[in-house]
Amino acid sequence: MSIHKIQTPLKDSELQKLKIGDSVLLSGTIYTARDSAHQRLIQMLKAKETLPFDLKDQVLFYAGPAPAPPGKPVGSIGPTTACRMDSYTLPLLDIGLKGMIGKGARNQTVRMAMQKHSAVYFAAIGGIAALLARCIKSSKIIAFEDLGPEAIRQLEVVNLPVIVVNDVLGGDLYEEGVFKFKKN
Amino acid sequence: MREIKTDQIVQTVRSLCIEANIHLRQDVIDRIQSCRDQETSTIGRQVLGQILENADVARTSAMPICQDTGATVVLLKVGQDVHITGGSLSEAIHEGVRQGYEEGFLRKSIVQDPFRRTNTGDNTPAFIHTEIVPGDQLKITIIPKGGGSENMSEARMLTPSQGLEGVKQFVINRVRISGGNPCPPVIVGVGIGGTLEVCTFLAKKAIIRPIGQRHPDSFYAELETSLLNEINQLGIGPQAFGGRCTALEVFVEVRPCHIASLPVAVNMQCHAARHGEAVL
Repeated sequence: MSIHKIQTPLKDSELQKLKIGDSVLLSGTIYTARDSAHQRLIQMLKAKETLPFDLKDQVLFYAGPAPAPPGKPVGSIGPTTACRMDSYTLPLLDIGLKGMIGKGARNQTVRMAMQKHSAVYFAAIGGIAALLARCIKSSKIIAFEDLGPEAIRQLEVVNLPVIVVNDVLGGDLYEEGVFKFKKN
Repeated sequence: MREIKTDQIVQTVRSLCIEANIHLRQDVIDRIQSCRDQETSTIGRQVLGQILENADVARTSAMPICQDTGATVVLLKVGQDVHITGGSLSEAIHEGVRQGYEEGFLRKSIVQDPFRRTNTGDNTPAFIHTEIVPGDQLKITIIPKGGGSENMSEARMLTPSQGLEGVKQFVINRVRISGGNPCPPVIVGVGIGGTLEVCTFLAKKAIIRPIGQRHPDSFYAELETSLLNEINQLGIGPQAFGGRCTALEVFVEVRPCHIASLPVAVNMQCHAARHGEAVL
């Protein structure tokens, strides 16, 4: 299992090198979006409206941070359960989304679509949100401010630690991990 | 009759909300440390190490352990000789939550309506369960309950013939299909018996038992131990990346039940197991 340093926007040549279980330190711009934000993005796509940001080669972080204490860009931040976003994901992959950060497994449909689009799903560790907040250098709400913690935030991150769960070859870390350690 | 002022209740709830969200309990820290020492998966050991490091960072920087600072579940034990003065007891609890979540920079995660989903903006309402007990004290327990683990919880009405095996299968399967969603290593709260709502509430109360404390009835203590062993052979491991440590604990609470029924509920609790209590 290797450690990769990757800069957003994501490049196919770099994604090809990632294997399940690899550690990635991600830097650059990423965007938060969770349930309600996804719902609105999909509504906008259906209505043929322009999205608040260009998703091409970008990374979505399924996260809603705690409020920023004085002097900090953001409060504690960490991944939410990714499978709730499965039903919204295919149209976003179609318009160029390349990476997603969450926790927990994706369904078969999303996994196949990721493989087709050479997109990658990363896990961030859930419940280490004070630690992850240190990797966030700035945060700006760019859409749906009325959603509060569910608003879309543009984050500048430096060396955000994530782990490759689904690589471009269709591998799945959760399946392999359980297979290796299961008894009986 | 002993008087307790609502102002005091507001202040207590406010402090408990902040405290519980920032400080990981020592019993949880100790168990995660021992699990890390026993974990055979490299990535699993790394995850457990980062959870411990996060607990330090959260405490020293007064940041929440997890960004999901939860729905605020409040358990009240109200002594029957207590007289609450200065306003409504439940309004005092909500006000304490409001102040704690605002002043502690905790995330507001409650929507007003399940379908229209407008954020209430202050994490209220709290979900309050009140029990009247003998005495002249008021015990307040607050449980910030994260959505990821709550979503992986389930209640089911089994039949008496399904028995102990049926219950064990239900619990183990619940953990297995939850995978990484509830942020393992988890605490598994199991309620058995009562009626539908009773077993569900028992499962909730089970998750706040101190780590390492077994059920006083040896039959159920054994059930807890055997469930924990079987769950930790599933291979899920920390964050479901594969490993030995899938659960930190299994706690079982039981009640009598109807001759026709064997109700069982599982309440999943992530490793950021938080609660705080105070007695006024």
